[in-house]
Order: sequence, then C-alpha cells, then structure tokens
Amino acid sequence: MSKIQYTRKPHPREHRIIFRNIDRADWDPSIETYLADGGYNELKKAFTMKATDIVAEVKTSGLRGRGGAGFAAGVKWGFIRPDNTKPVYLICNADESEPGTFKDRYIIHQDPHQLLEGMIISCFAVNARLAYIYIRGEFPQGAHILEKAIAEAKAKGFLGKNILDSGFDCEIYVHRGAGAYICGEETGLIESLEGKRAYPRIKPPYFPAALGLYMCPTIVNNVETLCHVKHIIRMGGAEYAKIGTPNNTGTRILCVSGDVQRPGYYEVEVGSLTMGELLNDLCGGPKPGRKFKAIIPGGSSAKVFRADERFKIKTKGPDGSQSERELGVMDLPMDFDTLAAAGSMAGSGGVIVMDNSRDMAWVLNNINAFYAHESCGQCTPCREGSLWMRKITDRIVSGAGLPDDADILKSVADNIAGKTICAFGEACSWPTQSFLSKFKEEFIRN
Amino acid sequence: MIETTLKSTQTMDIPNELIAKIDETVARYPVSKRSATLPLLHLFQEHFGFISPEAVEWIANRLELKPINVLELVTFYPMFREKPAGRFHIRVCRTLSCAMAGSYELKKELARLAGIEDETCSNGSHGESISRSPDGRFSIEFVECLASCGTGPVCMINDDFYEAVTPAKAAEIINSCQ
Repeated sequence: MSKIQYTRKPHPREHRIIFRNIDRADWDPSIETYLADGGYNELKKAFTMKATDIVAEVKTSGLRGRGGAGFAAGVKWGFIRPDNTKPVYLICNADESEPGTFKDRYIIHQDPHQLLEGMIISCFAVNARLAYIYIRGEFPQGAHILEKAIAEAKAKGFLGKNILDSGFDCEIYVHRGAGAYICGEETGLIESLEGKRAYPRIKPPYFPAALGLYMCPTIVNNVETLCHVKHIIRMGGAEYAKIGTPNNTGTRILCVSGDVQRPGYYEVEVGSLTMGELLNDLCGGPKPGRKFKAIIPGGSSAKVFRADERFKIKTKGPDGSQSERELGVMDLPMDFDTLAAAGSMAGSGGVIVMDNSRDMAWVLNNINAFYAHESCGQCTPCREGSLWMRKITDRIVSGAGLPDDADILKSVADNIAGKTICAFGEACSWPTQSFLSKFKEEFIRN
Repeated sequence: MIETTLKSTQTMDIPNELIAKIDETVARYPVSKRSATLPLLHLFQEHFGFISPEAVEWIANRLELKPINVLELVTFYPMFREKPAGRFHIRVCRTLSCAMAGSYELKKELARLAGIEDETCSNGSHGESISRSPDGRFSIEFVECLASCGTGPVCMINDDFYEAVTPAKAAEIINSCQ
C-alpha cells in the first residue's frame, strides 16, 4: 500500500476510499496528478467488461444511494427496460444542500476526476451517451473545477467520441442550479434541467428510469454514489460487499456538525461504529461542561433523537432468526437499517448535534425557516403548511406562543406528510413531528 | 409586442465574447434549447449584475421561448435578482449548523463593517432579500445551507468562500474587498 501523507490526518477508525485523496499532501485536482496515482485505470478495465456485467457487479456490491433515500444503486440502474429504444441520460446530482451534509463539496473541489471516472463507467453501464452534472449554484468554484477536469479528460480521450477505442461516445456537461433546495429531489432536478421551475413530478408515472429527462430513461445518482462505482469496478462487487455490514455495504462519509469538539467528515465502513463511538471517539465528545441533548442523524429532515432515548431494535441474525435488542442512542450502529428501525434515517449522512445549551424550539424554528423558504409551492399542504409551521415556532421563540401552539404545530405537520407530490412534504414535517414528540415540554411556554 | 421585443433587444449591448459563451452554452443542450435558460441567466447576471426585463426578452428570443418562461425562473430561483447587488455581494449561511456557530451575529458584524445600515430587510423572503451599502460597494443577504456545516459560520463574497469566520476574520475579509 502506498504511503499517503495527509495535511489533516484521518482518524484510525476511518476507512478512506472515496476520501482517500482529500486533504492529501502533494495532491491537486489536475489530471496529471490523478493519472500518476493510477487514475482512469478502472475506466480501462470497465471497457473490457460487458455493460450488463458492470450493472451486475454494482448489484452484487449492494451499493445503496448516498444522497438520502438509500436505494440500491444497481437496482435503480436495472429499472431501465431492456427493450428501451430511446436515448438514456445520466445525471450526477451534485446539488448538495441537505442541511448538515458537506461531503460532495470536497470530492468536487479536490478529486473531480474520481467523480468523472465513476460517471463515465456508469454511463457505459447504462448506455448513456450524454450526462449532466447538476451542481448547486452556490458552488461556482466547484463548477469551474469540474469544467476544467472535463476539458482535461476530453483532451486525454476519456470523454468524447470513441473513448479509448471502445466505440463508446460520451459527453458530460456541467449544469449550474440557482439556489433551490428542491432541485436535490430527482424529478425536480430533471424539470430544472429542462429549463423549468423545479416542480417535482408525480410518481407513478414519472419514474426517471422510465420517463426522466426529456421523457427518456434517466439515471440520477449522487456524487458519492457515482464515485463508489469506480471502486466497485476495481475491487469487484463481491469484494466490495465485504466492506461494511450485510445490506449496508461499503464506506460512507459521515458529516458531523454542531456541538461536538471536532466536527468534520469521517469516512467509515457502514455500520462499523456506533453513534456514541462517532460522537465521542472520532468527534471528541461534547464541548467542555456540556452534555449531548439531541442528535439529528441524517440531514435536517431526519427525525431527531433524544440523547437519552432507548429503542427496541429487531435484528436479523446470520441464520435468519429474528431477535430484539434494547439499545440506547449511543449504541446504535450508524447504518441504514438500524437508524430506520430506530424511527429515523441515515439519510444523507449529515449528523447534527445539539447540547444542553440549546433551546429546541429555537432549533426547530431555524429548521422550519429553511423548509418554509425552500418549499417549491406546487402542493398546497406543503406551501402553506411549511410557512405556518415557521410562523408558529417563530412566535413560540419570540415569547408570544399560544397555549395550544404545540398541538396546532403537530396538526399542521400531520396534514403535510403523505399529502404531497414529493418527499419534501415528509422532509418538512418530520422535524416538527419528532421535535414535538421528544421535546414537547420546550414548546409549551407561558 | 413584437416591436417592443425587438426594440428592447436592440438596446442590450451584448459583447461578442458573451455571445460566443452563449452559443457554446446552448450547444450543450442538443435535445432542448430551453434547458439553456438557467445557464444563460447565470451568464447575464455575471455580466450585467442582475436580470433586467430586456435580458429576459433577449434570452426568450434566443431560445425561442415566451418571456414568461424565462421570468418565471428568475422569480423561482433565489440566486437570480432583478436589481443590482453591491460590487461585493456577501452571502451568509443562515441554516442550523452555521446558526449554532454564530451566523446571525456574523451577518450583523459583516453588515456593520460594510456600512450597511439595515441588514434586516434580508429575511429570506424572495424578491427583495438584499440589503446594500449606500456607496454601492457592498450588499448582504442570508442564504440557506452552503454545505460546509462542519466549519461554520461560513459566508461567500461574490464567488469566494470563507469558513469559520470569526469577527476578526470578518474584518480582514471586508478590508480585503477593494
């Protein structure tokens, strides 16, 4: 193994695959540096494989989407009908904007060719000849770096016509968003890429793999997910699946922010450590004299946990037998399935921590202001409800709360979730619902 | 209607380099020119500082759209503005992790240093979210999560990004805006 010097040393519990080159001394985003490090070898390897075999490897790897929903990437790719005759498009979702999440930024800025290589392999696998990187508008430097990387890759023959004499043509373009969170939702993103307001489409029938960009089959994957594809080709799907835990394979980048001593990004094997190990060992625990109070485990739309909460988690043993374990928050393994079983989600990997100095009504009000600002306005329950929730928490925080505000808040949230076209309805209701069920006393003020 | 369109389009002074960039951008969307609307709006805002009604009409003509198809994007996407910002436009992240790290205080401090008296008109409502300094040098607004939650509070000045901005660092940044 080559010895890598880091300007900021990874924690010994980390297993860096995607972030291997982040904060690395003597590293820059140029193609020369990338090639000197064995870059684009996996693309060459991919061209020796059949496209269907690449899809099969990704399925075998068990890779789940790193954007938020945790859906199996290989299965998503497999949704394109085998008898499809329309053009296929691939879109990289680089609209990183779920509060608490800050991983794609570093990949784009420091290792853009890793993303491009993952994308070109993925394009070959799903037979997409045209791909877009939808990058959020607030990353102008990131967009510039990607443009430069694309030009470099093209000059070296990794993009364009007849790539590496494979007969495969592929173009990638950067498309900048303009500050709307809803563009992270894949059908909203597609509408935005078509030059429209980013109103999400209703599913069914508008599943992107069937009716996506320009009503053609379209694969939308997160930046981190596409980077993993490169490493699945390098290791093989079966080998990759040995990393992490069954059904929660690979590594993922956990982003920790808020009230811990060492906030930051940590790439770990999925499920290899518990919440307590993450927050205490890697992040150095709470600030001096403070105690953890609440944790949002997967981006601001994930349901909040109390730091003293306990759960009964059903787990499946290797022999398929069911057992039930009682676990505290700090004992929860940080994987997709356990966090879902505990009533929240691994989401985008953004862990936001609040300590006992925080007023939970103030915290929720901040989150509500975000969702009120970002609702696209298409569905009435969300457009109106997100604003009402913000107004109510606003008045609670300002000291003008009414006696039954907690109940009104809950009823507004309950009337949004499940009643909208896209998952933003849930995303904006879950914080309010969970904050009220777990910290209700802080919302009743005289 | 056609007459006004032609007239206002003619009043736009669009340099050849910008035309070249526009042509290159439109070519990136071989399936539908309409997809180039957002990128063209970015190019116009970068060049002119804001999106004028003339720009809306020019883009609509170029992409064979109705002006409303362009205007509806200007009013939907928070990054576009219909009035000029300051020469140095400051965006401060308002969202949770940055707020816990002091972004509300940071915004006040940056506004004070920049000579912006009323920074509060920027409370997230679309349309008029930007506060300007009287000399036109600075403007400021709150924006939602800038995706750097581990190094809050963060802000942007034009395209430059700043992390962990303490009051001392804020003063340094404002002084460097010449």
